[in-house]
Amino acid sequence: MKWRSIVPGASLVLIVVSAALLSYLWTPFDVATLDIRHRFTAPGAEHWLGTDHLGRDILSMLMVGARTSIAVALVAVGIGMGIGVPLGLLAAARGQSWVDELIMRGNDLVFAFPSLLIAIMITAVFGPGAVNAIIAIGIFNIPVFARLTRGAALSLWTREFVLAARVAGKGALRISAEHLLPNITNLLIVQGTIQFSLGILAEAGLSYVGLGAQPPVPSWGRMLAESQTLISLAPQLALFPGLAIVMTVLGLNLLGDGLRDWLDPRMRRER
Amino acid sequence: MLHYLFRRSVALLATLVVASLIVFLVIEVVPGDPASYMLGMNAQPDTVAALRAELGLDQSRTLRYLHWVSGMLHGDFGRSYTYRTPVADMVADRLWVSLPLAIYALTLSTLIAFPAGIWAASRRGRLADSAVMGFTQLGIAVPNFWFALLLVMLFAIQLGWFSAGGFAGWDSGVLASLKSLTLPAVSLALPQAAILTRVMRSSLLDVLHDDFMRTARAKGLSARQALLRHALRNAMIPVLTIMGLQFSFLIAGAIIIENVFFLPGLGRLIFQSIAQRDLIVVESVVMLLVFAVVMVTFLVDVAYAWVDPRLRHQRR
Repeated sequence: MKWRSIVPGASLVLIVVSAALLSYLWTPFDVATLDIRHRFTAPGAEHWLGTDHLGRDILSMLMVGARTSIAVALVAVGIGMGIGVPLGLLAAARGQSWVDELIMRGNDLVFAFPSLLIAIMITAVFGPGAVNAIIAIGIFNIPVFARLTRGAALSLWTREFVLAARVAGKGALRISAEHLLPNITNLLIVQGTIQFSLGILAEAGLSYVGLGAQPPVPSWGRMLAESQTLISLAPQLALFPGLAIVMTVLGLNLLGDGLRDWLDPRMRRER
Repeated sequence: MLHYLFRRSVALLATLVVASLIVFLVIEVVPGDPASYMLGMNAQPDTVAALRAELGLDQSRTLRYLHWVSGMLHGDFGRSYTYRTPVADMVADRLWVSLPLAIYALTLSTLIAFPAGIWAASRRGRLADSAVMGFTQLGIAVPNFWFALLLVMLFAIQLGWFSAGGFAGWDSGVLASLKSLTLPAVSLALPQAAILTRVMRSSLLDVLHDDFMRTARAKGLSARQALLRHALRNAMIPVLTIMGLQFSFLIAGAIIIENVFFLPGLGRLIFQSIAQRDLIVVESVVMLLVFAVVMVTFLVDVAYAWVDPRLRHQRR
């Protein structure tokens, strides 16, 4: 009963998401206020997770940072699905034609650029920022969804209910939208969860090297980058943002695994 | 096989040409003129013009693209705008850090993942299996640069076994150099190993029920012997594919990890070049890395088709 991993997975994700949402209304301390006198406070009753080198409350920064992570990863998955799924459906509908070939070779081309290289090139042109991180991760997501959709749709095209729809006079567009898409929604949800977790990791990596959200917007990756020079002085600074990332990614992965087994019993192989 | 090889080579060439066009055009739209940037704000217009001519910037776009590509084919990557040294020399220097790092990490992840995956598969459903799977779940979730920071905290700061960063240089001995690459390689290898372990395990489990496995057991092999002699070989194809795909992640990971440990590799070179607007270096290094990724994918595909003739006729 592997689908049981939905419960711990969803709980972890829920904690992070509610912390991010709560931060719009309330954080223990204001993240924009610097309080140099109380810098490097150890975790305690007042500052639960301590303060950083500028006296900012770590917990509050993590809460606000969660927003950045979630927003970047979510929009990037949206881009990947929004462009990749229609492309995959089109490729499947025009299977074995030049359209299909063009789309699939285009996918291979994008795969040749690791997402970090896309981000680096975008940054070289437009400068760093959260939007560029979203675009870089989003572009990388397109071929993932296009391939998945094409593969699933191709096998659906041979099924009787699609044949029935064709006999009823429906065109490829309507069949794709009305009959194929609902059948691959589960697959997309599962892959979306996994790409979401990869997006969180990628965003953290990009903002760690300074290609993501810029100061003063708090982000987990940059908190880790800033902690690096202070690591012997205040090791807790390097600990908590990392734990936040692990918690989120682990939660999403468990959720994805569980959803896959729950939504698609055929995938429930004997493992 | 020849036909397959030809078709794949044409696709490879097309991918490389389009990729080089994209890289070239993206860098082309960057605002600012390298020549005026190199000479500073107070440069005379005729000096700038002279430098533009020297760098070939006064030529048409098409000519410059052709010049860039044909140069790269001859191993000439142009001249750095900032240092005025050949980019090829800078890249070659850095490659001596990045390439050993990648190989080191790949070796480590294989050495961890193969035994762990085999062990988990042979004890499916038991405690050892759950423990290994739990670890891999964690390994996938841990960002490699954070793992790197934790390693630095423990092995560099607390125990003092390794230095927290920097590269000894191959001149100071192979051992010293490998030592300074160890923490970076371990932090790169962890997520790779986690994924590879899972693939190894599930791919072994897939073949365990095949008929040839029953035959192997029937002729008197123990479960372990059958696993090692027959299942492993058949399970290797998906594992090798994933290893090929991971190469792209390895490159991306190495760029970040080099920044954590201040290693003078290609990753650091890219970031320094961006900061200095040394775009010809960015252009060439990005193209080189894309070339490496495409080549590895190609070689894996070809090796795959060579091992498994059925794949030669399949369309993806």
